[in-house]
Amino acid sequence: MKQSPITKSSYHIPIGPIHPALKEPVYFEFELDGEKIINVDVKLGHVHRAVEWAARKRNPIQILYLAERICGICSYCHPAAFTLAVEDAADIQAPERAEYLRVIQGELERICSHLLWAGVAAHEIGFDTVLYLTWQVRERALDLTEYLTGNRVTKGIMMIGGIRRDITKDMLPKIKKDIQYFKEAYDKLGKVFLNDKTVKMRSQGAGILTKDNAMKLCAVGPTTRASGVKKDVRVDTSYFAYGDLDFDCVTPDKLTGKVNGDVYDRIIQRLLEVKQSIELIEQCIDKMPSGDIVAEPKLAKLLAQLKKVEGEGVGRHEAPRGEVIHYVKLDGKEAPYTWKVRAPTYNNILPWIPMLMGEQIADIPIVAASTDPCMSCTNRVGIIKDNDKYELTKEELHRLSIEKTRRLMK
Amino acid sequence: MTKAKKLTPEEIVKYFKDEFKTKIKGSKIKKRVAGIKKNETYSVWLKVDNSVFKNVIKHLCDLQFPHLAVASGNDLGKTIELIYHFTVNFGKRMEEINLHISVELPKTKPEIETICDLIPGALITEREKMEMLGVNVIGIPDDRRCFLPDDFPKGVYPWRRDKTGPEKLYKNLHEVKK
Repeated sequence: MKQSPITKSSYHIPIGPIHPALKEPVYFEFELDGEKIINVDVKLGHVHRAVEWAARKRNPIQILYLAERICGICSYCHPAAFTLAVEDAADIQAPERAEYLRVIQGELERICSHLLWAGVAAHEIGFDTVLYLTWQVRERALDLTEYLTGNRVTKGIMMIGGIRRDITKDMLPKIKKDIQYFKEAYDKLGKVFLNDKTVKMRSQGAGILTKDNAMKLCAVGPTTRASGVKKDVRVDTSYFAYGDLDFDCVTPDKLTGKVNGDVYDRIIQRLLEVKQSIELIEQCIDKMPSGDIVAEPKLAKLLAQLKKVEGEGVGRHEAPRGEVIHYVKLDGKEAPYTWKVRAPTYNNILPWIPMLMGEQIADIPIVAASTDPCMSCTNRVGIIKDNDKYELTKEELHRLSIEKTRRLMK
Repeated sequence: MTKAKKLTPEEIVKYFKDEFKTKIKGSKIKKRVAGIKKNETYSVWLKVDNSVFKNVIKHLCDLQFPHLAVASGNDLGKTIELIYHFTVNFGKRMEEINLHISVELPKTKPEIETICDLIPGALITEREKMEMLGVNVIGIPDDRRCFLPDDFPKGVYPWRRDKTGPEKLYKNLHEVKK
């Protein structure tokens, strides 16, 4: 990529396409004055795999499994949004029991994803004991996922007009036991993240996104809610069984009484959401009606039905990182005419710019990680100073971040 | 930014029809129910003429500052259809309304005005429409490519289904001039 000219007062550092904070490629170009960031440019598309194009030759059921492979962490959200879009276009109504089972899967995925993020965030500021602690809890959540779906990552659980696996009575004791374990772990992790001096020092006042900016830049998910915008697809609309459940949109002021929109608030936001997810799973298990789990069990019949449909539909689901939206246009053929996928990080790219402005180089990893970006990983950073090129590896950048923590602790 | 006032789907359609009359080429309200309680969610689909598109978005921002989810696009043969997916009324329990505003652009002159000055968050989705569908977004603050690599051939648009589509690119790569 062409680099912007270097002026006397500032210099540029390109970071990426290999990401310094998370393990996925994205390209940043920072303009720096000393240690301070004065401008940021983002370049995307290093892992564009033309998934939407690949779908042009597949039928809607095959696309479910393709959608699952868009992202390894949101492997439930994409098929869920796609299913909602197809159901909207074809006017299919899933049975009530399936709607509850869908909520359980969605919330379990949120727990896995937020715990993964909490571990990465702790690692970015050099707090590796917490990384191991959170991922130990996440392991249990993955085991539960495997118990319910048969798989740990790509779950293959979604089906148009329902869901593929039921939760039977004999499975309930294990689920309840695990929920109890999550609750205890939540209390422990909450204390570590909320009261620890190191976490506070590095995250309070860092990477601020104001409510106004969050609205204007169309941020989604925990990123926007941590800035005080009450926007949560689960609360705002009625889909799956969310309309039946008793819960409300959480923002960080619930715990601290004030919204700052900084990295600390985004940590609190995700912690509160983990608790909310545990409660939602409990509610679903209590309220779940009996009945069928899929509207049309015969796949050939379902495909024939979908082949006749002409129309368009939109499906929206609250993924762990925010609203995921799929648009599907069916034109009476086997494969859909158009399929448009919009993942939450797409909307959380622009908010990075106001967040990173005025911060220091050592804050890049934690601020960039605080939106929980989802793209794909290795470890090289090139720095150009006075036209002399030298490379800063992920390890060095990580070391800079740790040094800053140590410095603050003195 | 105006304070959020609760809107109903009918009000939205009526407001735009009164304001723009025949320039609103079509409208429909769709209802979906879910769960045991059968709570409803509404979607409003509006089809507007390109000449008033910018003005429609301006009126929408005045009515209530919306959230722009994304813009999707279809190649319909002679025209290119862009659908801007908005949501309004969010923040209140089950009151959110999906608002899809579509515009058809002739392929001979696929031009649309930018809405980045009204909603700065539209930048990435507008850049995507430029590179993927070959739509010319007039007045966009940043017209670089977003997802496609810099050495991707000019004049090939991956979402098109005519001769400017990507067919040649994946079948006979050696024939493509960079």
